[in-house]
Amino acid sequence: MNITTNGEAVSIDPLTVQQYLVSLGIDPRRVAVELNMDILPKAQYETTLLKEGDALEIVHFVGGGAPRG
Amino acid sequence: MPLTSDKLVIAGREFDSRLMVGTGKYADFHQMVRAIEVSGAQIITVAVRRVNISDRSKESLLDHIDLKKYTLLPNTAGCYTADDAIRTCRLAREAGLSDFVKLEVLGDEKTLFPNNEELLKAAKVLIAEGFTVLPYTSDDPIICKKLEDMGCAAVMPLGAPIGSGLGIRNPYNIQIILETVKVPVIVDAGVGTASDAAIAMELGCDGVLMNTAIAGAQDPVAMAEAMNLAVRAGRLAYRAGRIPRKLYATASSPLAGLIA
Repeated sequence: MNITTNGEAVSIDPLTVQQYLVSLGIDPRRVAVELNMDILPKAQYETTLLKEGDALEIVHFVGGGAPRG
Repeated sequence: MPLTSDKLVIAGREFDSRLMVGTGKYADFHQMVRAIEVSGAQIITVAVRRVNISDRSKESLLDHIDLKKYTLLPNTAGCYTADDAIRTCRLAREAGLSDFVKLEVLGDEKTLFPNNEELLKAAKVLIAEGFTVLPYTSDDPIICKKLEDMGCAAVMPLGAPIGSGLGIRNPYNIQIILETVKVPVIVDAGVGTASDAAIAMELGCDGVLMNTAIAGAQDPVAMAEAMNLAVRAGRLAYRAGRIPRKLYATASSPLAGLIA
């Protein structure tokens, strides 16, 4: 099925958000996830199944202080 | 006034250091970690960005930062609307561990001056959602008062444009802001070298936040130490109470007992 992750179209097998993050090599504790523009609480990563057409934003902290730093 | 106990208190949380530093623009994580250590800062700003899903080889910032030692202050750098800033803060709270956010809503790319109208809008929503909001703002006492009245935990007026290194361009406005608000006043942006930080603190500011002045220096670790000393020296001088400025000399040796 097709979803959008961080603006990129990707094709994946049906997975939970937790499984998807792990498949990408992402430590779920270190990121925040927005599913279709709403924050997805960490407690729901394991129970939320991704659906066709879902849009995910996965963000983390990077060095910053000044814009585009 | 005892000079021993002099903590910075933001939203009920106490900090020994009055210097806050950013984590951007360093050559590598090692340099960043050393500079932050030497700066003595306890609050460090971080940005919120998309994870690179195609290249996971890069190390994560949080692998290098001891979260027991430092308070992370996620910023909304790069946001130009209230909506973007609010969205970024919500993500930051979910990714991080606290409600502290440095709220920046920029007006344009050339000056990076704040868009105060959008800033006020975003601050109102975020405060209602329980965030501890530290807003980057113009050195405008009226805006600072509005931000305080709506419940911001501090105000962070700029000394000069972000990354400009021009220093405290309008110390009189900073002075008026200090007289106008009761929440901590933290100069954010504009510091170029140690004396700029000392001047901010001598004016009576509660803290200084900087990134480029340290990370962009020829030797960031040495500059971090200079900033640490400058903020402490400036604070101590402020608390010690400087002598008034006078046009003419006042002798410091006694006049009695002169031989001629």
